[in-house]
Amino acid sequence: MSNKVIHVLYNDDDILMDAVKQTRAAHHHIEEIYTPFPVHGLDKAMGLAPTRIAICSFLYGLVGLSVATAMMNFIMIHDWPQDIGGKPSFSYIQNMPAFVPVMFEMTVFFAAHLMVITFYMRSKLWPFKSAENPDLRTTDDHFLMEVAVSGDESQLVSFFENTGAVEVKVIEKH
Amino acid sequence: MYTFSSRLKTIAFVLMILGVLGIGYSFFTAPKTVEDVEKILAADSHHNGGHAEAAHHDEAAAPEAHTAVKEESHAVEGVNGGHDTIHAETAVVNHDNHNEISHEAHGAEAHDAHAEHEHHLKHVLSQLQNKPWAGVYVAALFFMLISLGALAFFAIQNAAQAGWSPVLFRVMEGISSYLIPGAVIVFLLLVAGVLQFHHLFVWMDPDVVAEDHLIQAKSGYLNGAFFLIRAAIFMGGWIFYRQYARKNSLAQDDATDNSFYKKNFKASAAFLVFFIVTESIMSWDWIMSVDPHWYSTLFGWYVFASFIVSAVTVIAMVAIYLKSLGYLEYVNTSHIHDLAKFMFGFSVFWTYLWFSQFMLIWYADIPEEIVYFKMRIENYNLPFFGMVVMNFVFPVLILINTDFKRLSWVIVMAGIVILFGHYIDFFNMIMPATVGEQWFIGAGEIGAILFFLGLFIFVVFTALTKAPLLAKRNPLIEESKHFHY
Repeated sequence: MSNKVIHVLYNDDDILMDAVKQTRAAHHHIEEIYTPFPVHGLDKAMGLAPTRIAICSFLYGLVGLSVATAMMNFIMIHDWPQDIGGKPSFSYIQNMPAFVPVMFEMTVFFAAHLMVITFYMRSKLWPFKSAENPDLRTTDDHFLMEVAVSGDESQLVSFFENTGAVEVKVIEKH
Repeated sequence: MYTFSSRLKTIAFVLMILGVLGIGYSFFTAPKTVEDVEKILAADSHHNGGHAEAAHHDEAAAPEAHTAVKEESHAVEGVNGGHDTIHAETAVVNHDNHNEISHEAHGAEAHDAHAEHEHHLKHVLSQLQNKPWAGVYVAALFFMLISLGALAFFAIQNAAQAGWSPVLFRVMEGISSYLIPGAVIVFLLLVAGVLQFHHLFVWMDPDVVAEDHLIQAKSGYLNGAFFLIRAAIFMGGWIFYRQYARKNSLAQDDATDNSFYKKNFKASAAFLVFFIVTESIMSWDWIMSVDPHWYSTLFGWYVFASFIVSAVTVIAMVAIYLKSLGYLEYVNTSHIHDLAKFMFGFSVFWTYLWFSQFMLIWYADIPEEIVYFKMRIENYNLPFFGMVVMNFVFPVLILINTDFKRLSWVIVMAGIVILFGHYIDFFNMIMPATVGEQWFIGAGEIGAILFFLGLFIFVVFTALTKAPLLAKRNPLIEESKHFHY
């Protein structure tokens, strides 16, 4: 079965935004959009679900706080409660101000790094990954919208040519 | 144009009347003589129990504490020989425990139990006589600093040429209008201190200074005349900027060019320089000097963080109130969201400074610095740590969520907690040095809050009726109207 898509190229982000709205209104399914830079409001226009990465980060921060607390409670209070310069090591709360810098940094460390790793995993980014851009110009100055072909192909092509596209191509995808 | 609803005006007057009654009651019931104190202490069995316990504890700790508080011992020694014990006692109120320790140590040598008891009663009397004044002072300072914070925030927005906030300028100007009556009241309270009507500032008492070589060494800075001159210059400068900026802001509405806007830009930049210097000195003068034996370097920033977050909260709450009545046409949830981000950010900033100050002193544990926190942790445990929950934990957990920052009821709820938290913060700065263990949030303190709240509402909302709530010809107003985040 053939798996055809249309690649529509634009050279302006405003035209792209209008085209996205028209395409959505005409109920064509947008597979993907490639842009050289973030286009403000594009995700809303495409109807993408909001990201949940901030929620992940908050939870990772809690993990970091727990790790720091458990670590220092074990080392400083339970394993070897030495008197170091008169600091009260009888219970965690008594010596807590001295642990706060570590607790804070660990919270930030876990929240930041685990969130970044989550981002890489979810967006499938890693070293030696082969690039997926369908047209080299999309990293420089062109915007590309990929739409699945369904129904009349020539009608679709003429629809996208009317949205201000600089180029419309029908591609066989493997 | 905004019209001051008669219902809100009635509320403001009711608050003021209730406040005056509460303040009057607390002054009326404050003990006048040592005999009154004896009766109060006898009636308050709980306090007696606590005192006995404290005495026992002191006895055990006396030998090592004695060396640590040599300074204080000298002060008390002088008091025992002098005539005016009340004032001198107040000098070391913030070192309450040490005071008692050293007193006990001396008592064993030179004084009988009766003199010791008498001495204690006079000490408590001075604290109880300070209490109504301290309640009024904390509330007066708190509300004045809120309006000063709103003014500083307004100046920052002008100097930074912020594109989101011009639709809120009239709200900020309205809140800063309280600066004039608020500063006058605080100034009168300071004058009353210098004239010895109250004894919140022990270094103002010549009998105390005569016995205390630590304060003597500071008297080049801490003396009544210089103190009042400084206060007048600071308040005069702030009020001058406020009036000038307001005048230019109104003139810009009917102008044909942007000259008034440029004037305000320059004035705001100059004011911010003046503000940060005077704010720092103000915090030493009006707040830190109630503990003249103690000092902290980042205190000015700490006080600033406390009132700027309160000010942003009040701006948000007034904006939400006016918006709910349909007066702020162009204020949308993005503006509220931005204010909520400032509330969140400044709350964390406050906590950072609070903890930095606390942890540095706790860690090094130098006796002359640690007494400040020892006193607060032992006698003000709930307010001292409770305010960290109210000013940090609660706002951080509530205002971290983007969606919550757009909901009016969440902002108002978080705002109320933040405002109470920062009132407690100022309470914690002033009370331990002035009323010591005799603190209680009763009629006097609540009355003072209600009175100044009523006055604040009355002055601010009256000022809001004086000008249109949209700054018309501000060069950034179009951007601000269409601001969305």
